[in-house]
Amino acid sequence: MMTDQELKIGPYTLNSRLIVGTGKYSSLELMQQCHAESRTNCVTVAVRRERLVDKNSGRNILDFIDPGKYILLPNTAGCFTADEVVRVARLGRELLEGSGYQGSQWVKLECLGDTKTLLPEPLGTLEALKILVAEGFHVLVYCSDDVMLCKRIKEAGAAAVMPAGSPIGSGQGVLNPNAIRIILEELKHNDPAYPVIVDAGVGTASDVAAAMELGVDGVLLNTAIAGAKDPVKMAAAMALATEAGRLAGAAGRIPRKLYATASSPWEGRING
Amino acid sequence: MEITLNGKIMTIADNSSIAELLESHNLPAVRVAVEINGEIVRRHDFFSIRIKPHDRLEIVTLVGGG
Repeated sequence: MMTDQELKIGPYTLNSRLIVGTGKYSSLELMQQCHAESRTNCVTVAVRRERLVDKNSGRNILDFIDPGKYILLPNTAGCFTADEVVRVARLGRELLEGSGYQGSQWVKLECLGDTKTLLPEPLGTLEALKILVAEGFHVLVYCSDDVMLCKRIKEAGAAAVMPAGSPIGSGQGVLNPNAIRIILEELKHNDPAYPVIVDAGVGTASDVAAAMELGVDGVLLNTAIAGAKDPVKMAAAMALATEAGRLAGAAGRIPRKLYATASSPWEGRING
Repeated sequence: MEITLNGKIMTIADNSSIAELLESHNLPAVRVAVEINGEIVRRHDFFSIRIKPHDRLEIVTLVGGG
């Protein structure tokens, strides 16, 4: 049984609930295989200076991403101020416009506080968001799992709010599921289709399943696949976990109880 | 003439266009975005816009990221 409908964010429609990164793979061929196994149709990319030294290397990451299969989501990774975010977002849009790839109309906003924690900087994030929304971007906002901050980000016009499960690349999973639950309640109140995505912190497939069971619309991850011992196998596991978590969340779990409840009938025991 | 390209000072032919600069580095225009002095230059202007001495250029591309 497959679960329901596609995920719509801004002008784009995703047919998978998993968004996968393109960083940290040991080869572009491996990245390509992992993307296929993950069954995603949306991958994130970063904007960086062209390395002018190896002018004949000729390998661009886009040569390993099929424009017919994947929508690109450019990020503003590595930015620490609103000005930097806006500049990188505009460059990402420029790179994608006329490139043959979908993705020029949206951006993953990432405004970091410092290099050690890589935690999002909330004030710079909000400031950049307002500018980008005014410029017509559909903005997916990476942020901390602070309920009030997530509300402010939605109010400021974000196309999706993407609270971190735990710090980027930390593999700790969703550390505060209750915060995610409250964020979902608040942001989806009278607006059930509003996209909330857990971005960052996933370590393994069960983290994805757990996040999806909470009722988030999707999960964005990179290191958990790229850094696994067998990235291709992990990519396949992530696809299954996304589906399993979404199905289980929709099915509705039983309540947790302290004591046992027998599964076989008490009546009719021969020793009764 | 001297320009600053991606943070490094370098010498290029006087009156070069952006298209010529990209060509000299084997960079396809469709895979880059270019800023001159902090302003984005649209791709369709790559042939017409001439680089001036001491211009600060950024040539960026897409790379792997999360």
